[in-house]
Amino acid sequence: MTSFWSLWISFITLAVIFGCLILVVRTRRSEVYKETTTETMHHSFDGIEELDNPLPRWWFNMFIITVVFSVVYLFLYPGLGSYKGYLNWTSYNQWEEEMAHAEEHYQPVFAQYSNLAIEDIANNDTARLMGQRMFNNNCAVCHGQGGVGAYGFPNLADNDWLYGGDGATIKATLLYGRKGAMPPWLDILGEDGVRNVTSYVLSLSGQEVNAQAAAQGQTTYQAMCVACHGSEGKGNLTLGAPNLTDNIWLYGGSFEQIAHTIRQGRNGVMPSHGELLSEDKINLISGYVYSLSN
Amino acid sequence: MIKHEIIEKNISLMVLLIIIVISGGGLAEIVPLFFQKETTTPVAGLRVLTPLELEGRDIYIREGCHVCHTQQIRPFRAETERYGHYSVAGEFVYDHPFLWGSKRTGPDLARVGGRYSDDWHRAHLYNPRDVVPESIMPSYPWLFSNKLTGENTAAKMEALRVVGVPFTDTAIANAEADVKGKTEITALVAYLQQLGTVMSNRR
Repeated sequence: MTSFWSLWISFITLAVIFGCLILVVRTRRSEVYKETTTETMHHSFDGIEELDNPLPRWWFNMFIITVVFSVVYLFLYPGLGSYKGYLNWTSYNQWEEEMAHAEEHYQPVFAQYSNLAIEDIANNDTARLMGQRMFNNNCAVCHGQGGVGAYGFPNLADNDWLYGGDGATIKATLLYGRKGAMPPWLDILGEDGVRNVTSYVLSLSGQEVNAQAAAQGQTTYQAMCVACHGSEGKGNLTLGAPNLTDNIWLYGGSFEQIAHTIRQGRNGVMPSHGELLSEDKINLISGYVYSLSN
Repeated sequence: MIKHEIIEKNISLMVLLIIIVISGGGLAEIVPLFFQKETTTPVAGLRVLTPLELEGRDIYIREGCHVCHTQQIRPFRAETERYGHYSVAGEFVYDHPFLWGSKRTGPDLARVGGRYSDDWHRAHLYNPRDVVPESIMPSYPWLFSNKLTGENTAAKMEALRVVGVPFTDTAIANAEADVKGKTEITALVAYLQQLGTVMSNRR
C-alpha cells in the first residue's frame, strides 16, 4: 500500500471516529435540561408531544464506550492504512498457526500408518476407520456410502475391478485418476451391427439371445472388440476394459442400455486426487477401499 | 434544542449530510482497493474464460447458483481442509461481477474444478438425489435440452474487454462458432470444471 492510501485511510477513519465523539459530546452539552423534565420540545405530531429529556446517561456512556473500543481496536489490529497493529495479527498468520497446531497434533496420528502397506491398513481397525471417514467426505459423493457405487460410478465393495484391486493399484487409481475410453461404434458398425454385437455381449454372461444375431455379432466382436475386451470377453485390467462375462454392468445390463453404450461410447472419469489430498490420506482411503472387498 | 430542526425541516440538507456520513466508510474501505497491487494483479497462471465457459458462467448466474453456493474459501483450517487453498483477491480480477456469494446453503464451489468428473456433474445437475441421496438442491433438467445460439457471446466478451478482461480478437471472432448448438449443461460443466484450478488445491 502506498503511503498516500495509507494516510487517506488513516485520516478518514480517525476523522469519522473523532467526528462521532465531538458530535456526541457537543449534543450532550447543548441539552437544555440536565435532569428529567416535563418541558416539551414544542412540537407535536398527531397530538403526540416529545419531552425535552436529556439522553439517558447509560446511553451516552455506550456511545463513549464504542469510541474507546474503536481506538483500542485500531491500536491492536491492522486498520489504519499500513500500520500492522500492536498484535501483528493477520488472517494469514492466524491460519498458519491453526495449521501448525493441527500438524503437530494430527501428523503423529497419520505418521503411524504412513509406512504400512495398503493391505495392512485394511486390517488395522483404527486406520481403516480413519480411511472410512475420509472416504465418506471425499469419495462417497460418487461411489456412495460404503462404496456401493451408482449408475456410472463403480461399486467398490464387490470384487469386480476395472483396473485391478490390489493395494498398489487402488492407490495408483486414487493418486493419478483414471480415464475410461470406450469409443462410439454407431458410425462404424451401423445400427444393425450394434444390435448384433449387443446380442453377442449379452450371450457372454449366459443370457438368452437371438442366436443368429449373436453369431453375426461374434464375428464383429472378434474383429473390433477383442483388442480391449479380449477374445473371451474377460476384459483387460491394464486398459480398464470391463469383464463382459460376469453380468456386472456399470451402465446398466439391459439390451437397450448395452446397445446405447456400444452406440455412443463411454468415457468414465475418476479424477486424480494426488493434487487434492496428501499421500498419508490417500494411503488410508486406499486401505479402506481395499477392505471393502477383502 | 433548535438546531436539529434545521436539518429535519430541510430535506435536501439532510440528504447531503447523509451522503457525507455514509461515504466515509466507502472512501476508506472500498476506494483504496481499486488501486492496490493485491487486488488488481491476476495471480500467476490466471487465464480468461473460453467462450463456452463464459456462457456457462452466465447460466450459473441465471439459475442463481450463487444464491446458495459461495465462491470464497476463507483462511480457516476447517475450510482449507475441505475445499483447498483459501481464495486470494488476484484470482478474481477477471470476474465481472464476482460471484463470491454470501449464503452457504450448499458447499463452497471456489475450487470445485477437477474434483468430480463431467459425468458426475451432469448426473448431479439433472437430479442431485441420483448421486447424493440427502441433497436438497433443485434439479435442472432443462439445461440438457436448451441449446446455446452464441449470438450474444462475442458482444459479452467485447463488453468485458472494456472493463479489463483481456480476451483476444481471435477468441471473440470465433466465439459464436465455439458455443453455437452446444447444450447449456455442457457450458455450465465447462465453467465449473475450471473453477479455482489456478491455485494448488491440496488438502
